[in-house]
Amino acid sequence: MNLTLKIWRQKDAKSPGKMVTYPISNIEGHMSFLEMMDILNDELIEKGEEPVAFDHDCREGICGMCSMYINGEAHGPDRKVTTCQLHMRMFKDGETIHIEPFRANSFPVLKDLMVDRSAFDRIQQAGGYISVNTSGNTQDANSLPIPKADADLAMDAATCIGCGACVATCKNSSAMLFVSAKVSQYALLPQGQVEANDRVLNMVNQMDIEGFGNCTNTGACEVECPKGISLDNIARMNRELMKAKV
Amino acid sequence: MSKSKFTTIGRKILMALSGFFLMFFLLQHLTINMLSVISPDTFNEVSQFMGTNPVVQFALQPVLIFAVFFHFIMGIVLELQNRRARTVKYAYNKPSANSNWMSRNMIYSGLVVLAFLGLHFYDFWVHEITEKYIDGDMTGLIDPNNPNSGYRYYDELSEKFIDPIRVIIYIISFVLLALHLLHGFQSSFQSVGVSKGKNFIKKFGNAFAIVVPAGFIFIAIFHFLQH
Ligand code: HEM
Ligand code: SF4
Ligand code: FES
Repeated sequence: MNLTLKIWRQKDAKSPGKMVTYPISNIEGHMSFLEMMDILNDELIEKGEEPVAFDHDCREGICGMCSMYINGEAHGPDRKVTTCQLHMRMFKDGETIHIEPFRANSFPVLKDLMVDRSAFDRIQQAGGYISVNTSGNTQDANSLPIPKADADLAMDAATCIGCGACVATCKNSSAMLFVSAKVSQYALLPQGQVEANDRVLNMVNQMDIEGFGNCTNTGACEVECPKGISLDNIARMNRELMKAKV
Repeated sequence: MSKSKFTTIGRKILMALSGFFLMFFLLQHLTINMLSVISPDTFNEVSQFMGTNPVVQFALQPVLIFAVFFHFIMGIVLELQNRRARTVKYAYNKPSANSNWMSRNMIYSGLVVLAFLGLHFYDFWVHEITEKYIDGDMTGLIDPNNPNSGYRYYDELSEKFIDPIRVIIYIISFVLLALHLLHGFQSSFQSVGVSKGKNFIKKFGNAFAIVVPAGFIFIAIFHFLQH
């Protein structure tokens, strides 16, 4: 396949950026999107140009580091995959591919396609944990019966990898899907009850401090989320918040 | 502990509650207006009741006015905040891949409805208030000095729909209201945390969003054709 890439280039957080066009050839359908980016970068390095900086780590869809807004969609046109799992066979020979960083004022661009998503870490630190005693007298896991349905829903919520595609996709740059997944994974389990009220209040408060927008229930996040996190989690978080407030 | 009194979610829930109230009001308004098609006399009786009943006038009406103002002011505030959350736009974006037009354009459908409300207030409400509370005529009669002249409400409604331009403005506004509600109905349930039965809510909401505005459009056309 021969493709035309239009990529956002930005020297550093302070400089203005712009879209730059790069032709690329001999791309195979079985390659991942990031392998294609590696090939481009090899070519750029050989030509003595600055390679395109982008985030990645595990390259198997579990770490949440890879990002990129590809042809107008977070993690590209495929469903329930991260950019590292996106195959080039999703594109046609001769196609132009637009590649931009995840955009939200709460996710400032550091360089090219790399964005600072530490706002998510601060939300997580504000309440996304439970206090357990791990000093050798840990309770037997089976001593607390948990309904299968609840365990499954908690597990579904816990599959959120914190990639930020929901924020990047949302027209309001809302972080509700992420925060609701992190609230839900504990709200559904008995271990999460002790700190339930403080958790939702503190995490939502931190979310607001970070400057994410307001959810208007467009549902775009749920469609683009690589882990299929459901909007039901947002409804649950809203219930948790009401419970904590009254 | 939470530092802000109203979180983004808190504002969102209030938005939904005002939306619920407005939708309930629409249904009640439609029911009464339908009487103007079925029986002008009943329509006049009910209008006189609604126009003079102290509970309606001094409890429900202020709540309604508050809800309208709250809803559109909060809607505009939220929209401005949301725009500030992403000041550098995507060079290439494809929102249609993941969401529908109605959900993305609530502010525009809302602003059209707001413009309509301006016209509607001018058409009916300003006139009513002047007649009742400034001129002090609480009789609701065509000729306040003649008890046999009959109530004025049906005639006032009917004559609004002589001008085809006004009828067209009404129709366009109600189409935009339908678009507003196609997203808004189900969205308000999600906002207040109801996600059980969401397929039913969505279907019922779609029906509500189409039937209620279509009812108002029917009434406008009905009276236009009567002239
Ligand atoms: C009879 C008139 C109206 C009705 C029945 C109505 C109903 C609704 C409903 C049910 C929602 C969904 C609330 C939610 O998602 O929680 C909504 C949202 C919205 N409305 Fe209205 N509305 C009306 C008029 C207006 C007007 C005049 C504006 C003026 C700007 C407006 C602006 C908005 C906006 C911007 C939203 C989206 C905000 C959000 O989802 O957070 N609406 N409306
Ligand atoms: S909810 Fe989905 S899109 Fe959002 S951070 Fe988690 S995995 Fe990524
Ligand atoms: S690189 Fe880890 S999820 Fe893509």
